[in-house]
Amino acid sequence: MLKCSLQNVNAAFARIAESMKLYLPVDRGDGKTRFDVWSEGKEWSTALNTERSAKDFFFPQTENLMEFKTEGKKIEVIDIREENEVFVIFGVRACDVRSFDILDRVFLSDPVDSFYKNRRDHGIIVSVACGKPAETCFCSVFGIDATSPAGDVTAWRTDDAVYFTANTEKGSALLALIGDLCEECGTEAVDAQRAKTQKILEKLPLKDLDTKNFGGGKTKEFFNNPLWESLSSTCLGCGTCTFVCPTCQCYDIKDFNTGNGVIRFRCWDSCMYSEFTKMAHGNNRLTQTERFRQRFMHKLVYYPENNEGIFGCVGCGRCLSKCPISMNIVKVMKAMGGNEND
Amino acid sequence: MTNTPDTLIPVVGVITDVRLDTPDIKTFRVVTPDGKKAFDHRPGQCAMLSIPGVGEAMFSITSSPTNTEYMEFSIKKCGCVTEWLHAAEAGQQITIRGPYGNPFPVDDVFAGKNLLFIAGGVGLAPLRSVINYCRHYRDRYGDIDIVYGSRSKADLLDYREIIEEWSNDAGVKVHLTIDNAQPDWDGHVGFVPNYVKELGFDTNKTAVLCGPPIMIKFTLEGLIALGFDKTQVYTTLELRMKCGVGKCGRCNVGAKYVCKDGPVFRCDELEELPNEY
Repeated sequence: MLKCSLQNVNAAFARIAESMKLYLPVDRGDGKTRFDVWSEGKEWSTALNTERSAKDFFFPQTENLMEFKTEGKKIEVIDIREENEVFVIFGVRACDVRSFDILDRVFLSDPVDSFYKNRRDHGIIVSVACGKPAETCFCSVFGIDATSPAGDVTAWRTDDAVYFTANTEKGSALLALIGDLCEECGTEAVDAQRAKTQKILEKLPLKDLDTKNFGGGKTKEFFNNPLWESLSSTCLGCGTCTFVCPTCQCYDIKDFNTGNGVIRFRCWDSCMYSEFTKMAHGNNRLTQTERFRQRFMHKLVYYPENNEGIFGCVGCGRCLSKCPISMNIVKVMKAMGGNEND
Repeated sequence: MTNTPDTLIPVVGVITDVRLDTPDIKTFRVVTPDGKKAFDHRPGQCAMLSIPGVGEAMFSITSSPTNTEYMEFSIKKCGCVTEWLHAAEAGQQITIRGPYGNPFPVDDVFAGKNLLFIAGGVGLAPLRSVINYCRHYRDRYGDIDIVYGSRSKADLLDYREIIEEWSNDAGVKVHLTIDNAQPDWDGHVGFVPNYVKELGFDTNKTAVLCGPPIMIKFTLEGLIALGFDKTQVYTTLELRMKCGVGKCGRCNVGAKYVCKDGPVFRCDELEELPNEY
């Protein structure tokens, strides 16, 4: 384990930024925190998490896929893909790190999505353990350890230092860059912080959220539950939940005429939107109740059915704080199959 | 990087022939610019066709895989992409990618069986591929019955091929029907589901169904009434699709993606899915 004093952290960032782009959570000054490219003067935020998830790094909100040139009846397809440059995402929380695994199972399964893979192959993930998980956090429900997140490097931040341990070769190579700014150390400080955080995690209000009633093979059990109607009755269909969700991965593909050719791009889409499934012969989800149900059935039943029981939620809590009508996956889980004590 | 294939990046196809089949369905013949088939497929599989700047959409490949020269798509005019295609002339380039989805089990389950094909309207398009495949390998299959219905005589797809080729094959019986009587029609009049019941097929058959959802629903009920088991009946679904490979999420129903786990399903498999397709 390496220890880097907080005084040295900016020097470490500067060192990394010499050879690759370094992204880290930065406070915007309006109470919101987002990943930003590090440059001298930018401070690593102490906020618990970023406003938006880290999925943008691998699955950006919009991305160009290809170009077309057309002339008369002729079409030319132009492959615009370029090898990505290596970059570091520093300070990813345990929940968002797990979300990469959930996205991998979609985009890296056969046939591999080369756009996603290109970014994924070139990204180095430095996770950071949580010191002060919030009341909206429930990652432990999905078996995620916020005190020891995965990633190429795991970091722990205490009052006076940052501790690093590498989990992969990529991670070791990154730490080698800043070796002279760090010192070897034991795990005492990290163990102490982990124990302290564990105590907070044990007291979180959502820690007992029950997942055992959900999972693959339960479509019939939940699909026709009359509760979908009441749970979704105030849903605005705004799609905010899907946009802040680190695991939502539905996308649209559209063409944009530049006046000098056509760009085909993809962008995030949402199963909560009324036109998501609309097609020539009709729309198979006409009501917001059906669309609402699709989103939660996918995370709690369909995804686990196709992915060895892994749920499509990481308990980051973003949808809890962002939904304008305060509806969220926790309420759905409690209403449909949660802990009887709730 | 640019050498890595990606299924989302299509190849260029050329429309070499446009045939007006019915007042709102045209059949497009497509090859690559060097005159070859864009890729091989199995009966029941689909392809994504696009016109840059207009959009991309999934269509069933109506030609049989045994046709090694070109692919055909029978397309009904009912949206942006299809409107545009209907205005296209021979020589027009488009883009094409695929094949996508699971085919009909023509080489195992269907082998040696009597086959009953039932189609309504443009629903014949995906079945034409498998019908012509089975006709090509005629000795591998038992008797073939084809029930096909449309709104009117003019709306019957592939009418010439049906009359001049399918009807003349040994062991192939074609049963045509139209919704309403008209002067130049001396065949059956009535809806497909009722006609199937009237024809009263024995159950020693594997059935393949395609048409509007309402037709599929009532025809399946009719087949069950005749004694068919759902495991004997196959159909092919259609939902909105963007990627074609189970990633964009659009055609997700239950734990299945129609683009990759379908579009061909056995009707008992559909029972496992929530009723939203």
